Amino acid sequence: MTTLPTSTQKKLGLVIDLDTCVGCHACVVSCKGWNTENYGAPLSDQDPYGAVPSGTFLNRVHSYEVQPEQGQAALVHFPKSCLHCEDAPCVTVCPTGASYKRVEDGIVLVNESDCIGCGLCAWACPYGAREMDAEEKVMKKCTLCVDRIYNENLPEVDRVPACVRTCPAGARHFGDFADPESNVSILTAERGGMDLMPEQGTKPVNKYLPPRERDRSEDVDILAPFLDPVASEPKGFMGWLDKALSTMPGGQ
Amino acid sequence: MTHTQPTLDLSPKVSDEIRKTTCYMCACRCGINVHMKEGKVAYIEGNRDHPVNQGVLCAKGSAGIMQVNAPSRLKSPLKRVGPRGSGEFEEISWEEAYGIAEAWLKPLHENAPEKLAFFTGRDQSQSFTSLWAQGFGTPNYAAHGGFCSVNMAAGGIYTMGGAFWEFGQPDWDHTKLFILFGVAEDHDSNPIKMGIGKIKARGAKMVGVNPIRSGYNAVADDWYGITPGTDGLLILSIVHLLFKAGKLDLDYLARFTNASCLINEDPKSDEYGLLLKDVAGQPIVIDRRTGQPAPWNGQGVEPDLSATYRDKGITHRPVFHKMAEKYLDEQYAPEAVAERTGIEASRIRQLAAQIARTAFDEAIELDREWTDFRGVKHDKMVGRPVSFHSMRGISAHSNGFQTCRALHTLQIIIGSVETPGGMRFKPPYPKPSTAHPKPHCKVTPGKPLDGPHLGYVQGPDDLCLDDDGNAIRIDKAYTWENPMSAHGMMHMVISNAHAGDPYKIDTLFLYMANMAWNSSMNTDGTMKMLTDTDENGDYVIPHIIYSDAYSSEMVAYADLILPDTTYLERHDCISLLDRPICEADAVADAIRWPVVEPDRDVKGFQSALCDLGARLGLAPFTNEDGSQKYADYADYITNHIRRPGVGPLAGWRMGENGLNDGRGEANEAQLQTYIDNGGFWMSHVPEEAAYYKPFNMAYQDWAVKMSFFDAPQPYIFTLYSEPLRRFQLAAEGVGTRQPPEHLRQQVKDTMDPLAIWYAPISESVEDETEFPVHALTQRPMAMYHSWGTQNAWLRQIHGHNPLYVPTKIWEANGFAEGDWARVSSPHGDITVPVAHMAALNENTVWTWNAIGKRKGAWALSDDAQETKKGFLLNHLIHELLPAKKDGMRWSNSDPVTGQAAWFDLKVNITKVAAPTESQPNYPPIKSPVAKGSGPLTQKVGQ
Repeated sequence: MTTLPTSTQKKLGLVIDLDTCVGCHACVVSCKGWNTENYGAPLSDQDPYGAVPSGTFLNRVHSYEVQPEQGQAALVHFPKSCLHCEDAPCVTVCPTGASYKRVEDGIVLVNESDCIGCGLCAWACPYGAREMDAEEKVMKKCTLCVDRIYNENLPEVDRVPACVRTCPAGARHFGDFADPESNVSILTAERGGMDLMPEQGTKPVNKYLPPRERDRSEDVDILAPFLDPVASEPKGFMGWLDKALSTMPGGQ
Repeated sequence: MTHTQPTLDLSPKVSDEIRKTTCYMCACRCGINVHMKEGKVAYIEGNRDHPVNQGVLCAKGSAGIMQVNAPSRLKSPLKRVGPRGSGEFEEISWEEAYGIAEAWLKPLHENAPEKLAFFTGRDQSQSFTSLWAQGFGTPNYAAHGGFCSVNMAAGGIYTMGGAFWEFGQPDWDHTKLFILFGVAEDHDSNPIKMGIGKIKARGAKMVGVNPIRSGYNAVADDWYGITPGTDGLLILSIVHLLFKAGKLDLDYLARFTNASCLINEDPKSDEYGLLLKDVAGQPIVIDRRTGQPAPWNGQGVEPDLSATYRDKGITHRPVFHKMAEKYLDEQYAPEAVAERTGIEASRIRQLAAQIARTAFDEAIELDREWTDFRGVKHDKMVGRPVSFHSMRGISAHSNGFQTCRALHTLQIIIGSVETPGGMRFKPPYPKPSTAHPKPHCKVTPGKPLDGPHLGYVQGPDDLCLDDDGNAIRIDKAYTWENPMSAHGMMHMVISNAHAGDPYKIDTLFLYMANMAWNSSMNTDGTMKMLTDTDENGDYVIPHIIYSDAYSSEMVAYADLILPDTTYLERHDCISLLDRPICEADAVADAIRWPVVEPDRDVKGFQSALCDLGARLGLAPFTNEDGSQKYADYADYITNHIRRPGVGPLAGWRMGENGLNDGRGEANEAQLQTYIDNGGFWMSHVPEEAAYYKPFNMAYQDWAVKMSFFDAPQPYIFTLYSEPLRRFQLAAEGVGTRQPPEHLRQQVKDTMDPLAIWYAPISESVEDETEFPVHALTQRPMAMYHSWGTQNAWLRQIHGHNPLYVPTKIWEANGFAEGDWARVSSPHGDITVPVAHMAALNENTVWTWNAIGKRKGAWALSDDAQETKKGFLLNHLIHELLPAKKDGMRWSNSDPVTGQAAWFDLKVNITKVAAPTESQPNYPPIKSPVAKGSGPLTQKVGQ
């Protein structure tokens, strides 16, 4: 079994804003594109033009319907990828040391040359965030675009994960949670960023910002004065109009 | 094992080269960086410098690599060898293909140009394709706007000189309340997502009004699950409340709208209901400074909203009085509309009050001076920070035009159009209907048409009717059935051509329009019409030419296929002459260029039209010596001159003293300059011209400089539409051009010069108790407006389209997961899988559109999930309504614009035993390309 580093210098990860995610899957496909072409084996697709196509994705968006006891039902879009846990069970379960957590930044990676494709890590992950590539028979997972975020061949502004760069709604944020002044730490503090399934004890680094409360427009009683009629009779409207107009430029 | 970690290369080479072009995975036209490795496309990301997407990119855009690799790409020109619809083709050369097309088309051009119907679907080159059609001389040309969103476009143009999407956008930086009406995950895809992200980050509020709470509506802070087709009623109820409460921007209404213009009130006058004009034909207002009549645009004039005026014995009342009278009527009270709209009266009040509060208590002021067209200087820009966006959801109903007008009326009465925090036009808009061409339809054999096909009618005189009152166009656009059909009516072409009504045609020429499948109402009937034969055994529509890049369902129904390229293999221009990509703060245009060369015997469709145009001797495509004018589309883009100094691209034109923005002669290096500058050109709107564009002289002057128009043309918003009134007046018996009797009442009822609401037309002929449930479709965000639903990555995300059923109907039918239902309309039945969705209007079902595929198409296997369980709602929708009492069947379209009324569909639902596959299902068509195979393990850079 594989050991986790006792601590990491940085805790790089994502803040995903569930209030803003419109469920467009831009992050899913951008991730697929970058990671097919870059780190490790390509993300393969089986039966791509056949009955039931299926392929390897490092990031998927799930949609859940929420039906509160009172009020209207709502839909929540929930993007999910590896959360780069501090106590990553997928690492400790790995029999070969292929799964590891980087000491510099806390990114959890799979060293594909050491991966025997046993799949134990995927079983150990409570989030279902790892996928076995059916062609290459190695375990694939979010790399936090480790080959982008330090990449000197990219302009500095682009040294973020592909999913963050592409997100049209700006619902994904990348940064260092070890730094309390970082964008992700501030967002998490301000918006009540949450751990996914904290009871699993994995201490996920990624955080989710909960949807703001929906359908909470002020009560009509509070708003009512804004609709106070200017007149009780339809004809009274014209009287109001003439009075209102007299205060305008050119008014007599 | 103790912690060890390998050494990684953290700075791998990303690509050999980045080629910047424009996406075409949908109609949004974002800038993309195409990363090339070893001459192949390796990765696609958004272009950060691009005005549309500013670096972001949606799922479709990133999946473009699977489009340029798609096995469904056509490989060569094809000639049909089996019966139509079989899909049996043989590959032929371009020379042979051109020869066939020429043999069919040349006699038509010379003798009867109208016998060619040329309709383009998801065309982004309409200023080019329409020029070709004009050159041919046929009046029968349009793109797909008639079955998409013409109500939105026309409603906006006729009311305020532009609508949403390509015309205008919310002021994302300043708006405090954003209300989204009826938008599926559609038009202006990335900018809307970016805008929503922006306002949410600022803590501004977003409200969704939509029967379905998915996508954008899922993140809306508040949701109104309205009953389909009643948006206009809800909007007018809000207008009613705002009038009643005096929450109106009277200053704005007086100065910048025709609320202050004067209406002839004499029922006996031939000018009844028209505006009082001066000798120059300009509307008159009463100047508050003098109490006397003055021209609307007179220097220093302060128009009066309330003064009446007696001229030649006839009383004239201001439009504003008429509005007050109409909208204060209790028929629009929340209590009166609650049941119909499915929105409680208290909730309507809540929404109206929030609009009132935000517009007037939270108004914003920018310290920016500006001067209006009356020469009046304003020391600040006052904004009503309520913004709206809307598209097909309110548009695709038979009351959609007036609903769009109602929405614009709401925007205008609170003063939130072209003011900070409201809605902002995108150059070259705003542009009122009077600044657009009128439709042209005069046919002269062997000669070009007398002008552009599509335009904005101003009254009955502009209709496309012959001396006997018959339709001149095959789609019957611009007739009394739908006088303002500004985008044509593509959905009626095949049906009318098949019926020989108004006449028979010889050749149907289509581009990128899947009419034999998801782009037609009545799909089954359309397939039959396309294959129907006459008593001699000849096809009723004798010749069909089709151009597509992919093996779509429509391919099998054509006789001749001109294979198009993918979007990464071609030249294009996203031109100010047709559907530009501008933003509120900038004018912009863009190009596509071949970032890879095609590896097949295919040609960009527009280049093929350059060749074909020259072979046919069409004037715009032939030099005086008879030789071919444009070698290909790139040559056209560079060298075509539309009017002096104006060509397809506005950037880097050749001026007298070097390169010029906007105006100038052709520049041979123009395309390369675009490529060198990221594939687009952009010029910013001056700060003092940023708002009040229709009225702001700084904007007007800049627009002339930029070539949008040739002289300043300020205007005021037309809350009261004279073109509509002119049609109505004719229906009341005034004038020589009269509607046929059976349409007289419809014209009177629907062409009200003030925005109104009426029930969807189908409700008058269909049985409400038999078909009580509304049925809608929308495209998923990852496929909106995409020509690539067979895309290997995207079909893994959206490969299924169950019918989503609300709780009430779900429980009433005792549905359980995995169940199927028969869904019936007055027109037909389908049998489809169902799924439960609670966040849905309780009388509405819906599904994802265009997921269902026909077996044999798109290089998918015959057992693909899209063919087995996928389905189209199209089978339930007819292009004609059921017969009225008099036996006549009317077009299932908006009676004003002809917009296809897709969303008027009503159905009933019954649980049935699960069939083996969705019904109807069709036998496989033969594919002209090999089926796709797998697995895919592409890594270009290995």
